[in-house]
Amino acid sequence: MTEAFRDRIDIALTVNGEAVEGRVPAGRHLIDFLRLDLGLTGSHASCEHGVCGACTIHVDGQAVRGCLMLAAQADGAEVWTLEGLTETGVIRDLQDAFVERNALQCGYCTPGMLASIKELLDMGGVPDRATIREHLSGNYCRCTGYEAIIDAVESVAKARAGEAAA
Amino acid sequence: MTISFGNPDRPNSYIGKTVPRPNAPRLVQGRGKYVDDIVLPRMAHVVFVRSPHAHAKIGAIDTAEAAAVKGVLRIFTGADIAEVCTPWVAVLAHLKGLKSPPQHALAVDRACWVGDPVVAVVATSRAAAEEAAALVEVDYAPLPAVTDMMSALDADTPVLHPDMGDNLAFRRLHEEGDVEAAFASAHKVVEARFKTARHTGVTLEPRSILVDWNPAEGQMTAWHATQAPHMMQTVFAKHLDLPEGRVRVICDDVGGSYGIKVHVYPDEVATAAIAKIMARPIKFVADRLESFTTDIHARDHEIGARIAVDETGKILAMDIDDWTAIGAYSVYPRTSAIEGNQVVNLCGGPYDFAHYRAQTSVVFQNKTPTCQYRAVGHPIAVAVTEGLVDMAAAELGMDPVEIRRRNMYADDAYPVTSPAKMRFEGLSHHASMDKLMALMDYEGLRAEQAELRKKGIHRGIGIASFIELTNPSPFMYGIGGARISAQDGCTVRMDPDGSIVALSGVTEQGQGTEAMLAQIVAEGVGVAPGRVRVITGDTQVTPYGGGTWASRGAGIGGEAALQSALALKGSILEVAGAMLQAPADALDIRDGQVVDTATGEARMPLEELGRIVYFRGDTLPKGLPRELVQTRHFITSDYPFAFTNGVQASYLEVDTGTGEVKLLKHWCVEDCGRIINPQLVDEQIRGGIVQGLGGALFEEIHYDEDGQLLNGSMADYLVPMAAEMPDMVIGHVETPTMESTLGAKGAGEAGTAGAPAAVMNAINDALRPLGAQVTAMPFTPERILRAMGQIED
Repeated sequence: MTEAFRDRIDIALTVNGEAVEGRVPAGRHLIDFLRLDLGLTGSHASCEHGVCGACTIHVDGQAVRGCLMLAAQADGAEVWTLEGLTETGVIRDLQDAFVERNALQCGYCTPGMLASIKELLDMGGVPDRATIREHLSGNYCRCTGYEAIIDAVESVAKARAGEAAA
Repeated sequence: MTISFGNPDRPNSYIGKTVPRPNAPRLVQGRGKYVDDIVLPRMAHVVFVRSPHAHAKIGAIDTAEAAAVKGVLRIFTGADIAEVCTPWVAVLAHLKGLKSPPQHALAVDRACWVGDPVVAVVATSRAAAEEAAALVEVDYAPLPAVTDMMSALDADTPVLHPDMGDNLAFRRLHEEGDVEAAFASAHKVVEARFKTARHTGVTLEPRSILVDWNPAEGQMTAWHATQAPHMMQTVFAKHLDLPEGRVRVICDDVGGSYGIKVHVYPDEVATAAIAKIMARPIKFVADRLESFTTDIHARDHEIGARIAVDETGKILAMDIDDWTAIGAYSVYPRTSAIEGNQVVNLCGGPYDFAHYRAQTSVVFQNKTPTCQYRAVGHPIAVAVTEGLVDMAAAELGMDPVEIRRRNMYADDAYPVTSPAKMRFEGLSHHASMDKLMALMDYEGLRAEQAELRKKGIHRGIGIASFIELTNPSPFMYGIGGARISAQDGCTVRMDPDGSIVALSGVTEQGQGTEAMLAQIVAEGVGVAPGRVRVITGDTQVTPYGGGTWASRGAGIGGEAALQSALALKGSILEVAGAMLQAPADALDIRDGQVVDTATGEARMPLEELGRIVYFRGDTLPKGLPRELVQTRHFITSDYPFAFTNGVQASYLEVDTGTGEVKLLKHWCVEDCGRIINPQLVDEQIRGGIVQGLGGALFEEIHYDEDGQLLNGSMADYLVPMAAEMPDMVIGHVETPTMESTLGAKGAGEAGTAGAPAAVMNAINDALRPLGAQVTAMPFTPERILRAMGQIED
């Protein structure tokens, strides 16, 4: 680590709807800022090189990798993690479907998986199974074999479409 | 007490039902507690400096520059750690001849693979420790590396551990009948060479441990992502010179295990040693490169095999020559000879034949050590067996299903002993095959395949029958001298509000252990599953047990839970009988109420009984037993292992232009005995299948000839992603084991056991008209194109 990386940067952002300020090392990844500085351990670090998707969170409305973004880059951003998405209830139906369908086993990929699925469901409509599978192919799960996750997403998409039509 | 499992309308019928997992809501709400989520006062972080060489003498170590980094607290060499931590030797007495040199927590004098930990840097933050670790200067003198499996025993290959004499860690030859005569007189002999690649588990949560040593209490506490907390308690105590009773291992949520987290890792023991030296909490969490270079690897077998059949397709003999390379050390304490040993035990498993010879040769290499990973040995044995059976069928012009039906043990033949001397209590190969045929519409699929082939579309159907070893007795490890518990225990108690607490020695790795235990206890006591709180993963709290491995949780831990729950029910009814002036056997507990057995009439809620026992015991007859807590332990004794069986099928399409394989659908019918929770069993099987599919199509650790690991990242070591995986149809046959009241066998590894063989046979079924065949996994586009002769360089 060079001297340049030891420099600290002041940031101000909103996380889960709350205003947050911090003074972070320039090299601090957003996922580490959330976990270590804010105690938001619902987001998980896994591959730490942007492949597995376990650290996926929402930044300014988009699903992004918390391990590929620096905390300094989140200055002024609106960040949502699983804790906040849970409190607001926006993915309650999806969480319930995950439990009912056993779409998680060890649960380590689940926070990132839910963040990616939220992005897909927010697009509206009922994606077919191949589309769901394609959308989730940036999120690794070593436990479930994926099928239960696809089932859960499909059921929620259908339920939401049904409600929208009603 | 017994349970009439055959009657779905029986009271409290939770065993056999899909009941949601009590721990799942926590995990979907971001409220899990994995090791890296835990922060303790004065906690420091350790980062390891690892050997960049496959084999090197360790010279001078210069830590001056590293020590100057802000935040660095201490730096330890192998010699420093060896002062407080004794080395281990991973052998088992019943694996005769198995040898391995002493292994230290940090390498002393010599590093033996790329990733071998050499120096430990402790700092107040992980970032500081990582920065300092990069500044540690180790003077390595490279030594010749042993990296090729098949030449490891050649005279001109250097001996990796001179003290061991040669590079052979273990060899076992098993012979039954007259193999040579059977081959000499056979109608057809088919021979092939198979290869399974080096895999690793790629748990999404890397290996993680946080250890605190409190000298004021004389107590060590380890929060550990492990599958075997009691085993680790023993290991820490033994090698750090602590009384076993003063070591507590806590295992909260674990982010994926699959066998990876059931072994003793030098860096984790070093972390505990450092905590003891520094008397403060030390955390180690592997980064992803460390996961690839230091998590155990597995498979990596090369097998020469042949099968002899008569004119009717009857198997006469099998002859297996298995080779595997385990890395630089046998892994403690389960050893690295088990997978090869399993290949010897399991080849030919489903089939009734007489003449069998199998040998495994286990050699040392300067690579990451290999050890037990989900379905240990099974994917290899099943691929070899089922590959040979398919090749024999093709040679005879026989349908692959028909040749299996002619050879599988009859469903009424049990008990039987296989040519490998495995004892089967009761299996259902034929019933399972019949069910598979119906589920997949085998004839319809064959017709579709033939139709499409006319259009130049090459689809294949692959079948793989298998057996799976579950519910291990002490014959697996205990008889070899390892302190690894095959028995397991459960304590069930009723609290004053009538709620039930169950403490179990088996662990939750995400497979649903806590749900399974909750529903067993709920049925055993007579309450709703929601009234049962299950506690696992704490050696100071739960009965002593083995944890999670070899598909033992439901069969062993579940039976202990059932017996303790039934015992608690008996205790409750004894008190209830005294209170209600009724014979205890005229009473029952249903949905949390004491009722009249005959009429079902409610007599008293459990909370009222709890109130009397705990607060108004004076109103009960003097001397009335009122122990509302019961513990039972269970161990299998009639059979060394409870074998399960099943059959899988793969339907896929090979693109003959690109060599790509598209998985279209996958089926599995399996028999794990009594099913406790159908959904959890199905999802274990689906998850297991996909791990097997990864091995068949994608997963392979690559080393160069110098022993450098070439693909140590998730971008380079491919694992299955959602888009590539098929939907899977799961079916069941239930043949409960008679060893327990519950009758459950294991289900966690069946998927992984059979999937690679099914895919291999399906690819070869697709390629057969083109005269091509593949037997070296993973079946990459390149290997398929080479088999077809489209790449020849």
